[in-house]
Amino acid sequence: MFTNFFFTLRSKGVPVSITEWVAFIEALYNGFFQSSINHLYYIGRAFLVKSEAYYDMFDEAFQEYFGGIKTEGVELDKVLQWLENPLHGLPKMTPEELAEFQKKLEDFKKEHNIDELMRQFRERLKEQKERHDGGGKWIGTGGTSPFGAYGYHPGGIRVGGESWMQSAIKVADERRYRNYRNDIILDVRQTKMALKKLRELKREGAQEELDIDETIDKTAKQGGEIELVFNRSRENTVRIILLMDTGGSMLPYSDLCERLFSAASQMEHFKEFKYFFFHNCIYQDIYEDIANYKRIPTEKLFSNFHKGYKVVIVGDARMAYSELFDVNGCIDYFYTNDKSSIEWLLKIREHFPHSVWLNPTHKNFWGHYTVDSIGKIFPMFELTIDGLKDAIKSLTARARRPVQN
Amino acid sequence: MGNTAQGYKGSDDYIASRPLMEIVNVSIVLGKPLVIKGEPGTGKTLLAHSIAGALNKKLITWNIKSTTKAKDGLYVYDTVQRLNDARFKDKDISDIRKYIKLGKLGQAFISEEKLVLLIDEIDKADIEFPNDLLNELDEMSFHIPELDEEIIAKHRPILIITSNSEKELPDAFLRRCIFHYIEFPDEEMMEKIIKVHFPDLETKLMREAIKRFYWIREVEGLRKKPSTSELLDWIKALTLGGISVDKISSEIPFLGTLLKNEVDTERFVKVSSGHGTFGFKRRY
Repeated sequence: MFTNFFFTLRSKGVPVSITEWVAFIEALYNGFFQSSINHLYYIGRAFLVKSEAYYDMFDEAFQEYFGGIKTEGVELDKVLQWLENPLHGLPKMTPEELAEFQKKLEDFKKEHNIDELMRQFRERLKEQKERHDGGGKWIGTGGTSPFGAYGYHPGGIRVGGESWMQSAIKVADERRYRNYRNDIILDVRQTKMALKKLRELKREGAQEELDIDETIDKTAKQGGEIELVFNRSRENTVRIILLMDTGGSMLPYSDLCERLFSAASQMEHFKEFKYFFFHNCIYQDIYEDIANYKRIPTEKLFSNFHKGYKVVIVGDARMAYSELFDVNGCIDYFYTNDKSSIEWLLKIREHFPHSVWLNPTHKNFWGHYTVDSIGKIFPMFELTIDGLKDAIKSLTARARRPVQN
Repeated sequence: MGNTAQGYKGSDDYIASRPLMEIVNVSIVLGKPLVIKGEPGTGKTLLAHSIAGALNKKLITWNIKSTTKAKDGLYVYDTVQRLNDARFKDKDISDIRKYIKLGKLGQAFISEEKLVLLIDEIDKADIEFPNDLLNELDEMSFHIPELDEEIIAKHRPILIITSNSEKELPDAFLRRCIFHYIEFPDEEMMEKIIKVHFPDLETKLMREAIKRFYWIREVEGLRKKPSTSELLDWIKALTLGGISVDKISSEIPFLGTLLKNEVDTERFVKVSSGHGTFGFKRRY
């Protein structure tokens, strides 16, 4: 049963495994779903989806597979039945009448608060037990109560073809988990989560872990006189240098970069975290502040930091050809550079074998000559959660020689 | 299922959404661990307390810290104590059992009755931590090599695991669990929650406070959105301070209870004093 749903899920990108599917089917046969689509949605999701990042894809798949089935919400299905098939067709209205309605609508909006209306609606829903047609209070068709369908109350609440309360298809249709998708947003917390993968454990720091083997060994050697041996506990030794582009073309991405930056600076588990800024591209100077006032020579990077540092460069890598390849190509009129930017980049890559370039622009827009050239020096990744994960994988992998041609 | 009727249905001091209730019941019946994720302040930890209370079961809480090892939950063999005792003749060290102390998981396994075991904030520990517990949770048993004994659970405990999603949990681990993400409560749910905590609160004040609260949450670019517990604190401050409803709608007193971060406060002041609907989304 539902086997195709399994494939629909997989095709939408939900990583459902056979184990989970079998557990789900077992639960299905044991009658946990009470043949209700709401149960199927919520409990099915609990079995099949193990991260809120995939909720949206699950919704999509659910919508595609079960979307055609009529919902039967707990009470609302009854309401919807009442509202189906109005007893008499809609009365025709003249333009004058319509205008009058329009006026009434405005008056209504002045008098009534939308919140209040919603609340009344819910209360009335609780009280009402049967179908109503016509009349001015209950939820029904053809009447002038503010609630219902096919009726004529200006500004009232329309109960449409679908219910809004807990109904699975509706929830799936709303796709309210869209924001949790991995491939779309990058918030501080998620970024921190991704950055946590960036670690190298080494024994460093104070000796406070009891080394039992060594202790027993020493104690035995001393004929039972206890000798406690302590060891250094394992700590993360990752040192990071972040280089960020503050050029004008980066302006649309400043928010994104800021999130990455605040996540990285909030990370407590890095041994060291250094950051510098540059404008469009790196020449003989980099800056300690965003406004590019406090300049320090790029050479300092090489003299102050050993090659164990991991370098993350953030930038759109888009610039004029001359800015990257020419001597004195810098965009600032008063700034001269006797070495082209590409030489500096090659030097950085050579000195720091663990380095990546994060590009906030979408991969589809990377077909640009400077982006291509820089992408050949540094492994380049999109600045998304998935891209960041790949970048971190590449940072922690063994250093490879830069690809050059 | 039919027998959910006598299952978990929420408790007096905890409001559970219907899907959550059903999922809790399914996980109890199937004996599968339930992983609960969600924003801070959505009541993940309280859920376990509520289940224990509602079903009248004992609750064992295992709080996870960054230094917690999987083995700590099973048992600890206090070698140093034994070694130390061995130096003095006054203590009997021949019985190794005296030096083996069961951890929280071990205690839950040997319990004579079915109980609720809460593994709180599992993501605080090392990334590999959940994987180290795979087998133990699957089989509900573990082996103590020092005694050559098998500890087998007499009753499968109702296992609730909470995660703040600081780290992602390993797939192999999640595959064996049932997962639920607690959404941030909507306004009606929030009303119910507040009523549980402040039964005497004036409805008008409450609604205005809730409205303001969700409005603040919608301000874009906040580092930390205020959560339920902050709202409860705020309402407490409002009632203690005797603030009138009008005052809440015109300004926001005690903003410090809602936004605890300087940058956020600045951001909020900028947006709210600024130019109409520019910085935040409209609600309706």
